[in-house]
Amino acid sequence: MNHSNFNRRQFLKLAGVGGAVFASGLPGWAEAQAMAKADDFLWVQLSDTHWGFQGAPNPDAGGTLQKAIAAVNELSPQPDFVIFTGDLTHTTDDPQERRRRLTQFKEIVSAIKAKDVKFIPGEHDASLDRGKAYSEYFGQTHYTFDHKGVHFIVLDNVSDPAAALGEEQLAWFKSQLDPLERDTRIVVFTHRPLFDLMPQWDWATRDGAKAVEMLMPFKNATVFYGHIHQEHHHATGHIQHHAAKSLIFPLPAPGSQPKRAPLAWNPAQPYSGLGFRQVAAEPAAYRFDLTEYPVVKKT
Amino acid sequence: MRTDAIAAWTRRRWLKAALAAAAPAALGPGAYHVAAASREVVIKMTVKRFEFSKKVIVVKKGVPLVIEITSLDVPHGFAVPDFHARAEIVMPGKVTQVRFTPDKAGEFPFLCDIFCGDKHEELEGRLIVGA
Repeated sequence: MNHSNFNRRQFLKLAGVGGAVFASGLPGWAEAQAMAKADDFLWVQLSDTHWGFQGAPNPDAGGTLQKAIAAVNELSPQPDFVIFTGDLTHTTDDPQERRRRLTQFKEIVSAIKAKDVKFIPGEHDASLDRGKAYSEYFGQTHYTFDHKGVHFIVLDNVSDPAAALGEEQLAWFKSQLDPLERDTRIVVFTHRPLFDLMPQWDWATRDGAKAVEMLMPFKNATVFYGHIHQEHHHATGHIQHHAAKSLIFPLPAPGSQPKRAPLAWNPAQPYSGLGFRQVAAEPAAYRFDLTEYPVVKKT
Repeated sequence: MRTDAIAAWTRRRWLKAALAAAAPAALGPGAYHVAAASREVVIKMTVKRFEFSKKVIVVKKGVPLVIEITSLDVPHGFAVPDFHARAEIVMPGKVTQVRFTPDKAGEFPFLCDIFCGDKHEELEGRLIVGA
């Protein structure tokens, strides 16, 4: 299937595999269909793989990532790109072990069939050495790229262990936004939420509100992030924020229990609460259809 | 008798001082003392990977607090988000003060909000504010 011909019917077929969320607030289906162009495309978001983690919350910590990659490789059509939104590896105090985990992670994800694979760091990858080892393997921690009419901006809110973007990066962010037309189609990727989702659980970015404020003049701006190990959707004004599931263990819903401890592995339903996300983008309509996939197909 | 009155006053004063000195120990974890020069309650604590020396702090609503916290190892954070109270950073060997007044009763989490290692997520405690 050529994804340049990707259309609504094909999307619905795919959506039958997982759960679909229609993320756009734009008017009806007929209008979106009419506006659909050959530039429609797919991307896949994987998050919080925590390669190197060992513990009861995931007895298959050494195999879950590979299973998820196999599931991504089975998607048809294939996504234009795959992005990992942070916590690629589980943290360690040992710089050599950190590099060993990054090396292994990079080797494993080289099996992804999609031609373009992108990365951003999480605090487990970058906070203890301010992104030094991560950058050796994956380059810059904040950057931009364009794809089929969408301007993507990757922000790093983890290399500062205080979970801040920092004045320098905020100035860079402003410099990226200033030349853009107000109707530019923008997608921001971060690891932590840019809004105060649950500061009591460290689910926030100290100066994230400044970044959101800079985005407010743009009518087409959406944020995709990780960190909280669960699907979550939130709006700050007209800006939508979508959190992805983890590929190591799920965490409880914000404030649903006293501690943010991992949810227990369920032997009756292994890998439950884990998964990845496919995004079907219709740039012309600035519409994103989100489909959540499990790590392994339910039998 | 004037002498008896002075003796009684001295006993009362001594007893009051002794009770004040004994209060923190009697209160157990999270105990505090009142700063001499003000109504501020000063709570002294330390933090290390991955433990606060006080896991529970018990205070009263409306009483100004000063948390005096020192790291014993690496830089940490200290935040009580429900009261918008936060230390910029808690450095090893240096006393960092966080001032705020709990204006509502209940149980509230405090946490380290500077990533400090693989059990960072477990570095937290509870502030119990009595009415």
